[in-house]
Amino acid sequence: MIAEAGHYALVLALALALIQSVAPVIGARRGDVALMEMARSTALAQLLFVGASFCLLTALHVTSDFSVVNVFENSHSAKPLIYKITGVWGNHEGSMLLWVSILALFGALVAALGNNLPLTLRAHVLAVQAWVAGAFYLFILLTSNPFARIAQPPIEGRDLNPILQDIGLAVHPPMLYLGYVGFSISFSFAVAALLEGRIDAAWARWVRPWTLMAWIFLTLGIAMGSYWAYYELGWGGWWFWDPVENASLMPWLAGTALLHSALVMEKRNALKVWTILLSILTFSLSLLGTFLVRSGVLTSVHAFATDPARGVFILLILCVFIGGSLSLFALRAPQLKQGGLFAPISREGALVLNNLLLTVACAIVFFGTLYPLGLEVLTELKISVGAPFFNLTFGPLFAALLFAVPFGPLLAWKRGDLLAAAQRLMTAGVAALVATAVLWAWMRGGPTLAPLAIGLAVWVIAGALTDLAERTALFRIPLALSLRRARGLPRSAWGTVFAHAGLGVALIGVVCETTWNSEYIAAMKTDQVARVGGYELKLEGLTQRQGPNYRETLARFAVSLDGQALAAMTPSKRSFTTRGMSTTEAALLTRGASQLYVSLGDATADGGIAVRIYHKPLVLLIWWGPVLMAFGGMLSLSDRRLRVGAPKPARAAQRLQAAE
Amino acid sequence: MTRKQRRLTMIGGALAVLAVAAALVLNAMRDSIVFFSTPSMAAEKQIPAGKRFRLGGLVQPGSLKRGDDLVVNFAVADGSTTLPVTYKGILPDLFREGQGVVAEGALDGSGTFRADTVLAKHDETYMPKDVADALKKQGHWKDDYGVKPVQGSKPVQGASK
Repeated sequence: MIAEAGHYALVLALALALIQSVAPVIGARRGDVALMEMARSTALAQLLFVGASFCLLTALHVTSDFSVVNVFENSHSAKPLIYKITGVWGNHEGSMLLWVSILALFGALVAALGNNLPLTLRAHVLAVQAWVAGAFYLFILLTSNPFARIAQPPIEGRDLNPILQDIGLAVHPPMLYLGYVGFSISFSFAVAALLEGRIDAAWARWVRPWTLMAWIFLTLGIAMGSYWAYYELGWGGWWFWDPVENASLMPWLAGTALLHSALVMEKRNALKVWTILLSILTFSLSLLGTFLVRSGVLTSVHAFATDPARGVFILLILCVFIGGSLSLFALRAPQLKQGGLFAPISREGALVLNNLLLTVACAIVFFGTLYPLGLEVLTELKISVGAPFFNLTFGPLFAALLFAVPFGPLLAWKRGDLLAAAQRLMTAGVAALVATAVLWAWMRGGPTLAPLAIGLAVWVIAGALTDLAERTALFRIPLALSLRRARGLPRSAWGTVFAHAGLGVALIGVVCETTWNSEYIAAMKTDQVARVGGYELKLEGLTQRQGPNYRETLARFAVSLDGQALAAMTPSKRSFTTRGMSTTEAALLTRGASQLYVSLGDATADGGIAVRIYHKPLVLLIWWGPVLMAFGGMLSLSDRRLRVGAPKPARAAQRLQAAE
Repeated sequence: MTRKQRRLTMIGGALAVLAVAAALVLNAMRDSIVFFSTPSMAAEKQIPAGKRFRLGGLVQPGSLKRGDDLVVNFAVADGSTTLPVTYKGILPDLFREGQGVVAEGALDGSGTFRADTVLAKHDETYMPKDVADALKKQGHWKDDYGVKPVQGSKPVQGASK
């Protein structure tokens, strides 16, 4: 009964989405307020029904109802409760349901919070939102129904893939989807603006917070996924340039560009057409990511051709939405009014450069991800484009971007003075050079690129701090006064400082981890000692243990530094009987921002065990950086301007017309 | 500056960045692209020793031998040909005899493939794409890699990440 109710709720949501995709548009055409208002109720009701559908699927998983295919394939009665819940989105059907649930959530948020939006704009936005939602409801109902039943219910399920039985699954996909799908809002706003044929600064003021929110979630989601891969896969890698990862990186790059161009549009009323295009591209890349991961095309181009239902359906959605929105853009963009003027060297110019570098970097990732697929379809030739390619292409571009980052906030709007900005950045430049020189001297004969990269990171961080020092006139006026000024700074200024500094922090982590990582791989026996990065790890013994749905072999290591005992580390190897799979649970010992990492391999014939030990200096900075960036985003989001900046509902329509 | 000059500066800048990016891509394409090959393709093409490529196929059942100091020897087969592989290190969790594998490395003088990476993927249902294709072509596709057959349901394909 539960499954049927969930299915039915989803069908009702589809029906609501269909109404919502037509009625408000007609209402906006005719100026019929009632029809336009309808979008609000349907958007809220949609959330209700999809939410119900999602909760019912969760209930099926929690109660282990194996008569439902989805539960049978991905659950097991002995699985801990938390993984029964997270297992809901640990599979194709469930994750698509999560995707549309979040889409409905955003639609409902616009409906609920959009009281001060012009009526027609809100109607159009919600209609576009419903087009996307409707397409994905159809996709789920026609090709990946999570509520399908089995005629003869089995007694036990096939269990969730053990690698996914981790707390990472509880956090990573929902975060990532909040990011991906969050960009649907700016997409809907862009398409609505094109439909209405007008766009103004108020539009940007609306789009920016939503984009910012999606960007925060996407940043955290990617960082979380990277950390998860790092500790779960057992060999200490944190980014593989795998197509699945690239699929999430592309919307992030485009979204970051969008965030910055929306700023220009909001403040200076310029770059309108470009911002609209970026909104469309960002969400298109989110859709592309969904397509890449969900269609099976990554498993095999040919598997895609042999089981076309899902792949072709998503491809169709992709073509309709990307093609449709871009055609609409081509049709309507020339009618949009040109924005304000600015000199090439100005804050706007810097943000244009930022956009240019980010979009080109995004294009490179796009090329590197899709080229092998395209080549295989066309020539049957198989190649792999991996880390070396991206290091050689993405690396230099991003380095150029990072070099330019500190200049941006120091340039004035409209017409900036590059020389003055450079003078103010003198301290930061000196700090960067000193850092490079010191490292160079210290690491004599070591890799030459690493000190330079660290210097670049110091440059970015010091540059961000310079911006802060300039704004508070630090050291030029009494400290107390500076502090008062700092408190009075808009939160968005603080946000910029944190987000930009986060970039530098992450870069330090990346460079340290890749350059000064020390590893020890060997077969060890009890009481044997391994020395890695100054630490001594003594294998004290192996024990067996029975978990809820697995057996595990634990190895106990005593860790000491300079003869002083520090802690014990117990990595383990779990073997899951249901799927006949094993996973490696690495043990991590955090010392400051550095980590010791121990994971186990197979037992050797003579009673020992294969062990992999890494010392990863400052590795945690890789993820603290994105956390700082997200924190900066949140500060910016809580800025007064974004909360109260929008005009009051009653006067909204008049003001917007006046602004035109 | 006039509007036109400004626009030209912008476009010029954009083209310059694009040109640099294109140059970077072309340069990287020359050096850092690795081709994929199965044992029989490797024999056919007579890949010279020292040239890096990706080798994909099934781990020949019974061929896995663990030596001292974590050296592992196994053979990769694709039905018609087998190629001996040697690797030093810890094999990924999903490595098993009779399963698909992708190894990256180069042939040495004696015709043994020296792998420096053996690929682990996020998911057991994830069959490295190249292997799946090659095996399918030769009729060695085992249903259980990518497909979980269940009555009344569509086959599930793809990584569940």
